[in-house]
Amino acid sequence: MTAQIPTNRAPTTKPGHSLLRFVNQDDNIVQLVIITALVFVVMSALSPEKFLRYYNFESISYTLPELGLLSIAIMVAMLTGGIDLSVVGIANLSAVLAGTLFHSLAPGASSSLGLGSVALGIVLALGVGLGAGALNGLLIAKLRITPILATLGTSQIFTGIALVLTGGPALVGFPAAWNFIGNGKVLGVAFPFVLFVVLALAIGFLLSRTAFGTRLLLIGTNAKAAVFAGLDTERIVFQSYVLTGLLASIAGLILSGRTNAAKSDYGTSYLLQAVLVAVLGGTNPAGGKGSVLGVSIAVLALMLLSSGFQMLRFSNFLIDFIWGAFLLLVIAINVARNRRRL
Amino acid sequence: MAESLIELRHVGKRFAGIKALDDVSLSVRRGEIHCLAGENGSGKSTIIKVMSGVYQPDEGEVLIDGEPVRRLTPADSIARGIQVIYQDLSLFGNLSVAENLAMNGLLKERRRGVRWGEVRRIARTALDRLGIDLPLDADVDTLPTSAKQIVAIARALQAEARLIVMDEPTTALTRNEVDRLLDITRTIQRDGIAVLFVSHKMREMLEISERLTVMRNGRVVVEGPIVDFTEASITRHMTGHDLSHEVYVRPPQDEGVPPRLAVENLTVPGAVEGVNLVLRPGDVVGLSGLIGSGRTELALALFGMRPDHGGTVHIDGKAVRLDGVQSAIRHGVAYVPEDRLSEGLFLTQSVARNMLASSLDRVTRGLTVDRAQATRTSDDMIAAMQISTRSGATLVGHLSGGNQQRVVIARWLMTQARILILNGPTVGVDVGSKAEIHRIIRDLAVRKGLAVLMISDDVPELLQHCNSIILMHRGRFVDRFDGGTASEDTISAVLKTLR
Repeated sequence: MTAQIPTNRAPTTKPGHSLLRFVNQDDNIVQLVIITALVFVVMSALSPEKFLRYYNFESISYTLPELGLLSIAIMVAMLTGGIDLSVVGIANLSAVLAGTLFHSLAPGASSSLGLGSVALGIVLALGVGLGAGALNGLLIAKLRITPILATLGTSQIFTGIALVLTGGPALVGFPAAWNFIGNGKVLGVAFPFVLFVVLALAIGFLLSRTAFGTRLLLIGTNAKAAVFAGLDTERIVFQSYVLTGLLASIAGLILSGRTNAAKSDYGTSYLLQAVLVAVLGGTNPAGGKGSVLGVSIAVLALMLLSSGFQMLRFSNFLIDFIWGAFLLLVIAINVARNRRRL
Repeated sequence: MAESLIELRHVGKRFAGIKALDDVSLSVRRGEIHCLAGENGSGKSTIIKVMSGVYQPDEGEVLIDGEPVRRLTPADSIARGIQVIYQDLSLFGNLSVAENLAMNGLLKERRRGVRWGEVRRIARTALDRLGIDLPLDADVDTLPTSAKQIVAIARALQAEARLIVMDEPTTALTRNEVDRLLDITRTIQRDGIAVLFVSHKMREMLEISERLTVMRNGRVVVEGPIVDFTEASITRHMTGHDLSHEVYVRPPQDEGVPPRLAVENLTVPGAVEGVNLVLRPGDVVGLSGLIGSGRTELALALFGMRPDHGGTVHIDGKAVRLDGVQSAIRHGVAYVPEDRLSEGLFLTQSVARNMLASSLDRVTRGLTVDRAQATRTSDDMIAAMQISTRSGATLVGHLSGGNQQRVVIARWLMTQARILILNGPTVGVDVGSKAEIHRIIRDLAVRKGLAVLMISDDVPELLQHCNSIILMHRGRFVDRFDGGTASEDTISAVLKTLR
């Protein structure tokens, strides 16, 4: 309470340190961009003929959106200090239900279904996302169950339902229009990537420019003060989980479109990666801080890293190891930087 | 042997080019109770940290027992008998009272096992020294602040302290607890231990200290025996100017206007047992009573946070049901909570966001927050409330307590509140800021016709700024005074009987 140096009359920076100060500013966007550029340069140097090929970037543009959307979904949950461990479960359940629908509409010939059925499938998949998100929101916001436990539980439920529906093996044979969502091209750009950019912009807009986004950040900063400020914390937290569920189901849509298949346990390794990408992107797991831009850059950095290592013919197991090490490294840098600032 | 236990001579300390201490000389004599007074930011904490060896002074020297000490480290400082009790008390909250008290001694002996009998014996002795009884097996976190403080003091004594420095020890205490703390301080002194009391509260300074040093902007402005000072002169030294002592007078009432707030037979299960309260426009009504008297629950009920309350509430003549915070806000009720940091503020968010938190809808056009309007509104409010901040984008955690409190009040002015309930509005706020907050509250009542309910333990504050004072005990209103005419002694006497 007493005599700290009044920060509102902050110390003036010494000349020549303005760049350092810029890099050191509150958000770690700059740091992320530097890291991403560094990854890019190193990979280009190690294997220029493969890494710099157009095909490589095209391939990244198809695989990035799934993880990117899941990471943004988890970031949204983290903004209020929560987490959603059921995102992959929601994604798979959405795809499996849509697949089941297609198979029942045209047994044995589901890949030839028309646009109308696909539209129905999309509505169903998104509906699953909304419903699953609402269930999470209900458990967390109304019943006040700790988010990590609530979503761990629902994750089991969603995976379980998908498992019962498929009986284990992957559902294959999605309609062509459905596969377009994961494989198509619009004006020469991967459709899933276009979708990702549009959704990222929309979520970014929602978080930074609307009252809802501001309230979400306020609740994450201090939930108690939010109640005293008259925010309807229950409703807002509920809505944030519905949004998370919706994003997860879109990720599921893209994943099944790209692979032309749906399975109860696809992409399970995505879950922890998405959590780490969210944190890497500057999201505070305790709530109150996070940006779509940060998460998007973080996911790009990781995609470049892993495609680079694949080209260098590293074993897949080693790539997992390197991802983990890379994430820990960046988080350690963040901690060290924050400590120095104190 | 020199008379001074510790002496600072011409000490200067800079942080990032800003002078936190400027040519400060200060001595604490053996066995004296010395008070170090100053507003927030005056350099009190920096002095403490120089004495405890946390900061090295850039200029000047530190003498202990008359001999200069080069590079005083925290370990040296402790070894020479200087113990600092910081505001956070630095206790181990998850350990028991006995463990906290015995830990340092046991660690020094470097024993591997713990003899619990021994632990309890050490702890018992430590508390006996203060003449205090506390449950030895209770976890420290479960104790009230005042008891935690006693544990911290007892622990300091265990370390063979010759000087105990207390950094704003009374901030979170009620009146009775302050009395007890002052008694303990005298007990310590009888053992020949010096106490440096760091504070900005008049009462404790005048009651307990023998000598007083007043700081302002990193300099010592005056120093001398306490008998040379009066409340007004200390205030003048601390703030650099005289403060108004004008008593609040309610503006004349228009009898035809229904009261802002009329509460009949309000009950809150387990806390409030049927109270009646009428607040008219321009009323500033004070509410005091011990912690647990039901005063906070009454406030929470009016703010919609106790939907289980009973009785009827009329606002501006209309019957209302306050069954949620949103409905209370809609009806014009605003509440400035007791604990500013945990209940009032979003510390890592900007000043502007903190102010707009409850009125985002007012600055939303269509889908989006109108940034230009939000900035304009918050900038206007910063100017109107004279909040000293570089801009609305500054994080609110960087402001002083007084400015933070103004941010919380500003939030409610943005919602066009008509009934303002303040719970401890000036706790932990320095003298100058306190006067400014009082001025704002009075101004709102007089010029905007707000009805104000001010909950406070600070009787002089209530006397000066309320036109009516209510005392609450065990869920009921037990006494009522007119502001201005009642005396501090009368009210304190009544409060003492309420146990």
